[in-house]
Amino acid sequence: MENPKATTVVQLKGITKKFPGVLANDRVDLDINSHEILALLGENGAGKTTLMNVLAGLYNPDGGEILLNGKLVQFHSPRDAIANGIGMVHQHFMLVESLTVAENIILSLQSNALSLNLDRIKKEISGLSKKYQMPVDPDAYIWQLSVGEQQRVEIMRLLYRGADVLILDEPTAVLTPNEATELAAVLRHMANEGKAIIIITHKLNEVMNFSDRVTILRAGQKIASFLTAKTSKEELARKMVGRKVLFHLERSACVPGKAVLKLENVEALNEKGLPALRSISFQVCCGEILGVAGVAGNGQRELAEVISGLRTVKKGKILINGEDVTNCTPLQAIDIGISHIPGDRLGVGLAPNLPISDNLTMKAYRERPITRGFFLDRDQLQVFAKNLIQTFAITPPVPETPARLLSGGNQQRLILAREITANQGVIIAVHPSRGLDVGATESVRKTLFEQREQGTSILLISEDLEEILQISDRIMVLYEGKIMGIAEVADITVDEISLMMAGQPLEKFNHELPADGLKT
Amino acid sequence: MDNAFIISILIITIRAGTSLLYATLGEIFTERAGILNLGVEGIMIMGAATSFAAAYYTDDAWLGLATAVVIGSILGLVHAFLTVTLRADQVVSGLAMTIFGTGLASFMGQRLGPGRTTMIGLQSPSFERFPFPVLNKIPIFGPAFFEQDILVYFLYLLVPLLWFFLYKTRPGLKLRAVGENPRASDSMGINVARSRYLYTIFGAILISIAGAHLSLGYLQGWAENITGGRGWIAIALVIFATWNPVRAVLGALLFGGINALQFRMQAAGTTIPASFLNMMPYIFTIVVLVIITWWEAFLKRIGAPAALGLPYVREEKD
Repeated sequence: MENPKATTVVQLKGITKKFPGVLANDRVDLDINSHEILALLGENGAGKTTLMNVLAGLYNPDGGEILLNGKLVQFHSPRDAIANGIGMVHQHFMLVESLTVAENIILSLQSNALSLNLDRIKKEISGLSKKYQMPVDPDAYIWQLSVGEQQRVEIMRLLYRGADVLILDEPTAVLTPNEATELAAVLRHMANEGKAIIIITHKLNEVMNFSDRVTILRAGQKIASFLTAKTSKEELARKMVGRKVLFHLERSACVPGKAVLKLENVEALNEKGLPALRSISFQVCCGEILGVAGVAGNGQRELAEVISGLRTVKKGKILINGEDVTNCTPLQAIDIGISHIPGDRLGVGLAPNLPISDNLTMKAYRERPITRGFFLDRDQLQVFAKNLIQTFAITPPVPETPARLLSGGNQQRLILAREITANQGVIIAVHPSRGLDVGATESVRKTLFEQREQGTSILLISEDLEEILQISDRIMVLYEGKIMGIAEVADITVDEISLMMAGQPLEKFNHELPADGLKT
Repeated sequence: MDNAFIISILIITIRAGTSLLYATLGEIFTERAGILNLGVEGIMIMGAATSFAAAYYTDDAWLGLATAVVIGSILGLVHAFLTVTLRADQVVSGLAMTIFGTGLASFMGQRLGPGRTTMIGLQSPSFERFPFPVLNKIPIFGPAFFEQDILVYFLYLLVPLLWFFLYKTRPGLKLRAVGENPRASDSMGINVARSRYLYTIFGAILISIAGAHLSLGYLQGWAENITGGRGWIAIALVIFATWNPVRAVLGALLFGGINALQFRMQAAGTTIPASFLNMMPYIFTIVVLVIITWWEAFLKRIGAPAALGLPYVREEKD
């Protein structure tokens, strides 16, 4: 422990939490100290939020115990947890927008008193505001506040209720860089005042800038714990992604044909109007899988969207077989032959309430024999759907089942079936096996690999490094919207990938694009 | 214009606006909890029919009023059960309530008279106007505002009380939060379903009392289609009032005022057709409503509860 004042406040011992089909936390031990900021690092789905939800009283653990100041405690609700001084700021703020800051804080006090005691509460808010150097106007309406200020209100609410252990879930995900710096200062101040702070994150920079200690979770297990000062981003990245081969695919040597998908100096903005892609240039050849690695939120989603026509390209060109398809509409992208397997399965990939059959025909319905002029031929549609259900082994094999009732793996099979049937040479796959169990993961990867064998160009965007290493021919690393390097999978080590994921471009992997558009 | 004329206009304004204000206040509280009740017209006319019948047979206006309270709470409970527990579409449930209420009330009007005859033309005890001691001596204002019936006086108390409750007390704060963000409210330990039941029933009681005031106070008798679309005007006034009980008073007075003027013009024997004059209050209310609401929306955020009309489901996380 770095800080001499630090004392252990909370001990998690052997916490285990199961969800149907998933072991979210597997016997995790964790010590939480006062006067200290602890970073909980891990990839999406590593079990960070689940573990903290257990501590905050939202989930009941299936095993293990929580010791608060050495005493065994059990929380049945977030109210229990906060009553014991443990509070959590969730990723989605729980604030009532049309009420003021003070009113929001009063709401959470669980008092049955009739009077609001507005003046006394405002005074106390101002007092806390001063103590933690966290300016908050108690009379401001929530809707008038920036996201950073709203976050302060959430923190203030926990402080007001006497929280000594504050958990923040991905606190900087919604903040501008300036706000993030301010937050770091506020958290540091609170730690100095004796609070125990935990931040959940998958951003390495954040760990380095914010924390005193860092604990890494992977696949529900605690992997390692370091003093932040005694570790490096590279070490963290390596521990975070790990390397464990689930199964082996017989890989035929990549015989790349001509370049099919080609991006030239593409730039695009994210929702906040900030640059998300900066001068991206690469190409994917026929019969090749290019894996895109990187920590979440470094431009991967935007990359998939510009290619499939969902996001505007500000600068640069996208070419398919030499044809300029920059800023085509999604329909044009489909006609050109771009298949898109979106990262958000239920939100973008499927119409959850429609039956399997309709979801399967969402691309094919425009053409004969399913469509006949203005009308749909339901018989042909059923034949088409039944074929695909059989080929891709979708269960239940009942075309009338609404897509939302399928398991994650079968939903993904449904999307794959539709997209691969429509495939005319390019597949953009985003997190294709995220959240799937081992079996489903294997079948998804195999399907993609078969497409590669048949000459399709595949852009595989994934946060799962293992997936990328397993089926990609080449690997490209994105960091803050820039390409850190592109390399043959055989030529690169995990350490080198970790370095690039942490924002260090490696000279030897920075190939220039060949001028003739062919892979040299 | 002499004082007597102004006073007479004001008296009718208030009397015509009273039932509207009760209904508007009821709907404001229902919508503040996030429940849209389009059954106002139906609940109101049910309140008017049942309270009149009860007052007629028991010979007691107060028992009539009590009947309206009971009927209102039953209809409110039905709407709450459909929309909160069963998560039925609030628009459909409300419209069904209106169609059901107007139909049943009309049937009762035809059959609840002595010997299963019509209630039209019957006399029942009603809430008579009486001068309020001392205050009725204020010039002009006194005779206009303080020579009214007991339900009007009750409103004078109710409006500031409801305003204070909504903006200055913890339960009021919780009510506002539930209509705005049920998920956040739930996370802060507020029982969303209970609040929605409570205020839907409370609102329906006020709406039913609005009907009772029509048949036992304002018109003092039963007439076919006695509400005449006032329920719909009340729903419009809720928006005009920006869900604020005090501003609802302005809307109710506006509607009542035009009603009063229109009565006066008919009494003075104008050549404008009576049907056109009868239409005036509705047209004026809507026109003014459109202009003012548009202007308000232009100036600042309009205050519709953000979760109005949306069922709340506490989802399983992850």
